[in-house]
Amino acid sequence: MTDFTSLGVKAIRDGVANGDFTALEVAQAFNAAVDAASALNAFIVPTPEQAIGAAMRVDAKRAGGESLGAMAGVPIGMKDLFATQGTQTTAASHILEGFTPEYESTVSQNLWNAGAGMLGKLNLDQFAMGSSNETSHFGNVSSPWRKEDTNAAMSPGGSSGGSSTAVAARIAPAATGTDTGGSIRQPAAFTGICGIKPTYGRCSRWGVVAFASSLDQAGPMARSVEDCAIMLGAMAGFDPKDATSLQMDVPDWESALSSDLKGKKVGIPKEYRMDGTDEAILASWEQGKAWLKDAGAEIVDISLPHTKYALPAYYIIAPAEASSNLARYDGVRYGLRDLPEGAGLQDMYAETRAAGFGDEVKRRILIGTYVLSAGFYDAYYTQAQKVRALVARDFEQAWAQCDLILAPTTPTASFPLGSLTDDPLTMYLNDVFAVPASLAGLPAMSVPAGLNPDGLPLGLQIVGKPFDEQTVLDAGLAIEQRAGFTHAPEKWW
Amino acid sequence: MSVDKQTVAKIASLARIKMGDDELEQMVPELNAILDWVEQLGEVDVTGIEPMSAVIPNALRLRDDVVDADPKTGGGKRDAVLANAPAAEHGFFGVPKVIE
Repeated sequence: MTDFTSLGVKAIRDGVANGDFTALEVAQAFNAAVDAASALNAFIVPTPEQAIGAAMRVDAKRAGGESLGAMAGVPIGMKDLFATQGTQTTAASHILEGFTPEYESTVSQNLWNAGAGMLGKLNLDQFAMGSSNETSHFGNVSSPWRKEDTNAAMSPGGSSGGSSTAVAARIAPAATGTDTGGSIRQPAAFTGICGIKPTYGRCSRWGVVAFASSLDQAGPMARSVEDCAIMLGAMAGFDPKDATSLQMDVPDWESALSSDLKGKKVGIPKEYRMDGTDEAILASWEQGKAWLKDAGAEIVDISLPHTKYALPAYYIIAPAEASSNLARYDGVRYGLRDLPEGAGLQDMYAETRAAGFGDEVKRRILIGTYVLSAGFYDAYYTQAQKVRALVARDFEQAWAQCDLILAPTTPTASFPLGSLTDDPLTMYLNDVFAVPASLAGLPAMSVPAGLNPDGLPLGLQIVGKPFDEQTVLDAGLAIEQRAGFTHAPEKWW
Repeated sequence: MSVDKQTVAKIASLARIKMGDDELEQMVPELNAILDWVEQLGEVDVTGIEPMSAVIPNALRLRDDVVDADPKTGGGKRDAVLANAPAAEHGFFGVPKVIE
């Protein structure tokens, strides 16, 4: 009998289409795996009945000889930042606890239309603000990985930590993520899976709880590059309901996938060789260069001179946008209301937001409010936007010399839960390599490169030109084929 | 630039987040650490650089000027809009009395 939970997106879809097994059998196997993995705390709300319902519809379609979608029969995890009609959507916050959308996000609807089913809503950092999945109102997510010979709970990365854990632990073949400043790539790197953030605007933001609107972008997380290509194809597409949605055709990334990189130039940015970067990470970067060379690419040294300013610019721009976006949580229209006896409207706002937001969310709202306030706006916010323009210009200039960029995804491997919570700045540094591509809106992917001496996964990051997800995926495939990363966490949950 | 407790209290009030003395005290060094760190942006020469608000060139579209051009974002959805309101009354959002 097939162990369905070891299968990825393509294997499930093709197996169902070929009649090797039914979508129902697959959904049942994953539902059972989700049920048995509560120790990971990856899901806020499991929805086994929805996975079963979608599977039965796919099986019936196949029996009726109808054509099946690109994700037909694949049960997936849905990050709890996507509004799902009739299923609680919280952004892992108390302020949205109990919120049950009356509508479906465009990305999730696209996935259901392609035949996918929902295993449940995945845990995340509250409002996607965090790099360790320790800011959720619903508790930390544990990575399925542990350091060799230890039992300490490790971070699955963040903010898409429920997604990375579920996929790495084989309790979901794939999951949605969102990436504002690394929230797909960093958790993918920490858990030995793949994840791609497409060009800004590829995936509709409609129905995705907003964090920083000029940066937020959805993408897939899965265990292979090909699975990411398939799922991204199903998620992406023009949506008139999102003003920043790209009005472009979605290429068939899956069928064009090729690991032959002849004629491609790979840029190696010298500024990414930063103090404090782990030796094992630097070694994996060298290895990555050799792999891409072996795939036919030429390696060229490039410079992205404003790299060190990307992260501080991000920590002005993202909180500024967040402070504005999160003004909507007022205790009036949806979510929590905290109205002390005899209190007025202003008190209700302040009490509701005090009770409903976690510490990290409050910290970012305050930073955002401060940098947008009269007297400080130009010094902080306008300056950060100008630096953002320079970071984007660095990349534009680099494209004169190369077709893609190879860099580490993170400066370190995963760390024990609780080890960085007292130090927000060190936590922010997790995204130092991920944020520049976010500020520039570029497609970027993390693929597993190997394990460090502690037995923890390391990721390599590929950044591409705007709209050129294909080259990013192709280079990802070239690395995947050569890395031969088949490690899986040992089951302890 | 750095913030003191009074400034943090002012920001918290602007952001409509109630904070007690202890929370304000705790927030002061945390915010200052972050503000000190972002201060380095001042070193960057930005002469002649326009602030960037949109990364991927994209023209703003106009939809047809008709009611319910997209039914999902059109009107006629009062009950759906009110479905998650903590205090919906008589087809409206309920709030504490604001006019004496």
